[in-house]
Amino acid sequence: MNGLKDVGHLFRFLGLFVIAFLVFWVIRGFVVPKSFGEYGHYRGAAITEIANHPIKFAGHQACEQCHTDEAATKAKGAHKHVNCEACHGAIYQRLPAAEAPPESLYQRMLAFAGLRLPADPPLVRHADDPMSVTPVKPDSAVLCARCHTASAAKPKEFPQVDPAEHSGGVPCATCHNPHSPVIGSDTSATATTGGAK
Amino acid sequence: MNISRRHILVLLPAAAVAWKHVLAGTPEDSPNYKMSDHWWGMLIDIPKCIGCGNCVRACQTENDVPDGNFRTWVERYHVSDYHLENPEVISPDGGKEGFPAVKVGDEGKYFFVPKMCNHCSDSPCTQVCPVGATFVAPDGVVLIDPKYCLGCAYCVQACPYGCRYIHPTKKVADKCTLCYHRITKGLTTACCEACPTGARQLADLKNPKDPIHEFLKTHAVQVLKPQMATGAKAFYNGLDGSVR
Repeated sequence: MNGLKDVGHLFRFLGLFVIAFLVFWVIRGFVVPKSFGEYGHYRGAAITEIANHPIKFAGHQACEQCHTDEAATKAKGAHKHVNCEACHGAIYQRLPAAEAPPESLYQRMLAFAGLRLPADPPLVRHADDPMSVTPVKPDSAVLCARCHTASAAKPKEFPQVDPAEHSGGVPCATCHNPHSPVIGSDTSATATTGGAK
Repeated sequence: MNISRRHILVLLPAAAVAWKHVLAGTPEDSPNYKMSDHWWGMLIDIPKCIGCGNCVRACQTENDVPDGNFRTWVERYHVSDYHLENPEVISPDGGKEGFPAVKVGDEGKYFFVPKMCNHCSDSPCTQVCPVGATFVAPDGVVLIDPKYCLGCAYCVQACPYGCRYIHPTKKVADKCTLCYHRITKGLTTACCEACPTGARQLADLKNPKDPIHEFLKTHAVQVLKPQMATGAKAFYNGLDGSVR
């Protein structure tokens, strides 16, 4: 039994291991987020955080609630598949910092305590405040040319022109209604193909 | 730091708000969204793309993408008669402001190819991440957790499609989220919303009513770099053999 005479140091060593493991387990419990491993080897709550990013393109349904006339014209014309924000830009806009609404008392308290991170200017929506937040009216000479300038890389059936030759610099909206661009088609319900030829 | 009564008064409500964020578990705006009901992808119809750059601009606006980086971009291919294997590819500023005119008399064929994250189901980028910061969500969207990302850029190198970049101010990896904040609320992606020709279509492969199924049956659809077996879910219709 002489072999087990000095076995005490092994138990002390084992005890150290057990303590170290418990310390590791407790620290891990605090450090690893609760949602880690919920779906896989990542933080499940990250999915929610990404899903909460603010929306800026509201979708054509939002515009059509108020602008029924334009929606009706567009639905009959060659641009019926072009969504409103494709030309008019996103309905949500960031207010310039100078025009941002005054901060609340609570926000100022946070700033006083040095707790506030620099935030993006607030998002405002044309649909919420239609008078003060207005999308910029696009310049048709630039906007239309972006799609309809002739190029060998574009599909053959897509209506294309050389803007300089076609209009000589006159804005497209002078002759064409952008919501239903085939000339004379504004009131017609049959114009479904082609655009400015 | 001496904590005065004034500091306590300020800190307590701040702590309460922070705690609310800590406890926040499910997205409040999309209570009916079930991840297990979806498997997202994208259909890109090359013959419909006119290279207007609307998708690139919409993506930058929607996702606050910094200038010079792109979550989606448009390339113009020029396959000349004499260099079938080596097409000339340009993408000035991601195609955001359009493309230079094609020289008169240039032979060969020209076409546009929109590029974006392919949301691979066996994605190389998620496999190399050392900290579990990037992952394939249960609905098939490849996402990045910016709070976990170290910015080591392994994933930027691993992506065979060049879809990732390091955000210049946040110093973490960034890429297309397939507008996750939109699709979980029933909207389509910003690029699809802004595309005037319908060259991009969001596809839900788990939805039996999604037109993608009929389209895949009736068209010759390909993914990029199929030899890499990434399980890419950006489906290209009319893809030329010269596209890399």
